[in-house]
Amino acid sequence: MWLTMGRGSGTSAWGEVVAELPAVRPVPAASRRPRRRRDWDEVVIEAGLRLAGYVAVILIGLIFAFLLKEGIQALLRIPLSEFLSTTVLDYQGNPKVVRLWQPVGDAPKYSLLPLLTGSFLVAVPATILAGIFGVGTGVYLAELASTRTREILKPMIELLAGIPTVVIGFLCLASLGTFLQELLGTTFRLNAFVGAIGVALVTVPLIASLTEDALRAVPAELRSAAYGLGATRWQVIAGVSVPAAVSGIAAACILGMGRALGETMIVLLATGNAALITLDVFSSVRTMTATIAAELGAVVQGGEQYQALFLVGGLLLTITFTINVVAELVLERMRRRLAS
Amino acid sequence: MNRRALGTFFEGLCRGLTLLTAFALIAILAIIVGNGASVITWEFLSSAPTDGMAHGGIFPAIFGTICITLLMLLMVLPLGVGAAIYLVEYAGRGLGPRIIRAAVNNLAGVPSIVCGLFGLGFFILFVGRNLDRVLQTGLLFGQPAMLWAAATLAILVLPVVIVSTEEALRAVPRSHREAGFALGATRWRVVRQIVLPQAYPGILTGAILSISRGAGETAPILFTGCAYFLPRLPLTHVFGVPMVNPLDQFMELSYHIFIMATQSTDAQLTRPIQYGTTLVLVALTFALNLTAIIARNRGRRQQVTAS
Repeated sequence: MWLTMGRGSGTSAWGEVVAELPAVRPVPAASRRPRRRRDWDEVVIEAGLRLAGYVAVILIGLIFAFLLKEGIQALLRIPLSEFLSTTVLDYQGNPKVVRLWQPVGDAPKYSLLPLLTGSFLVAVPATILAGIFGVGTGVYLAELASTRTREILKPMIELLAGIPTVVIGFLCLASLGTFLQELLGTTFRLNAFVGAIGVALVTVPLIASLTEDALRAVPAELRSAAYGLGATRWQVIAGVSVPAAVSGIAAACILGMGRALGETMIVLLATGNAALITLDVFSSVRTMTATIAAELGAVVQGGEQYQALFLVGGLLLTITFTINVVAELVLERMRRRLAS
Repeated sequence: MNRRALGTFFEGLCRGLTLLTAFALIAILAIIVGNGASVITWEFLSSAPTDGMAHGGIFPAIFGTICITLLMLLMVLPLGVGAAIYLVEYAGRGLGPRIIRAAVNNLAGVPSIVCGLFGLGFFILFVGRNLDRVLQTGLLFGQPAMLWAAATLAILVLPVVIVSTEEALRAVPRSHREAGFALGATRWRVVRQIVLPQAYPGILTGAILSISRGAGETAPILFTGCAYFLPRLPLTHVFGVPMVNPLDQFMELSYHIFIMATQSTDAQLTRPIQYGTTLVLVALTFALNLTAIIARNRGRRQQVTAS
């Protein structure tokens, strides 16, 4: 219908759209049922549609329930302090506190600290990189680019988002890692920074398109008023559009961070997967997502490590969930401000 | 004067960042095509891996990818489109629809690996094992299979389908619905005969995007049905007719790339195969995405002229 509507339709004398309507046979008066009684098929269909609508709610509930179910069992089985550190005896018999994620072996160690620092060591640089590029791209597409440039560049950015993450991860592993190591002379070929670049690549389109949407939501009158006062184009952008859309842009970056924390395949392939506690972005790290992906295939179902991995998953889900809620609140604030 | 220079600088910066991002896409494509194109032959596309996956083609992985995405679409399309119809045409603005919308938003934010965990814990170990117990089928349902992998992927792409269908439904002018109601049509009749035909291209766009997303995801299927190597295709014979067996494991393109790059006996030796597989996967998802983008832009433009 859309295809035929465009050219075939026009505007009538009253300014209304005249479009070809699909034929609806009017119900003959004789067969029309009394208004009060609802048709059974209508009721059944509406119930079915409502059920489909609530499936999303049910699914989100089930996801939380199942992760909690296994995760809580891990909390009951493994002493709470073990998730921070374990005391082991070194070779001279002296007790030593270690913070390791080493679930396989005689004395499994379940410190979540290396996984948490690993996740953030990838996600924070990735978000900074993606924020710079994404916001720049969003501003350019919304405020600066001509329609023609935009029609070429925007699909390209969207296509970048469509590249499977395993492909980005593979390229980081096969090309970017070596290239960066030769360029920067790092110790590890695969490190948090390589992973961060990969993750940034898939986050940029998200931030760019959300930034663009936020800027487009700024009323045109604000811009016109600034131009009327003699502002230059950049003054309008930096002084009016971006400040008005700042909540939306912030929400875009927050959502980007959530996406970066949840990214699995890229970090699994590109960060080297050594569970170290470090703040060096050029060190090999292991994230929460990569830990689950690498270990779940080889664990005993229902075992201690299995439940610990569900706990890691539950922690990850809680973090990303919180991030999404924060982003939603920030967006809500922007909507209210623009509405008033 | 100084201020103007600053403006020019920042405008140039934004343009530069955009061009760099676009350049990243071109660079990625160039690397993949440059390294992978020479591997692509008819034989590569149509034969199975041989010699411990060091040689041979990737046909089982292509076949598995097509099967699982179609199975996923079969599950997600009725649910997603139904949910969107409910939200746009029936629900109004009460508490229920607000909860649904919040759930869809949050479902879109669930990390893919968490979906995989859920797929294993819920579909295989809970639903599957209980089915086996009730039906006395031994270990038929309670193990990784295409069915469960497709279901897990369906959860992941459900928000994509719902959001794009909603957008398509909302684009149908209100007056068209009112015209239908004025003729005495019931709500479902208006939806089926007036709204859905017009929203059809938009819904199709969403379906295509979800296929492309599903074909590219690896994390959800890692534990729910992917096989490192299968000597056979996941087929079964029903009265002598070969059918896809949804209870079998399968090979898949994105998983194939992952294991070839990390767990292959000689990752350097099989690099060409890895690039070739990558090229096939990227070509597949790109063709789908490009179709969806073009279809959507066309739909939007016609909407603009129509309203």
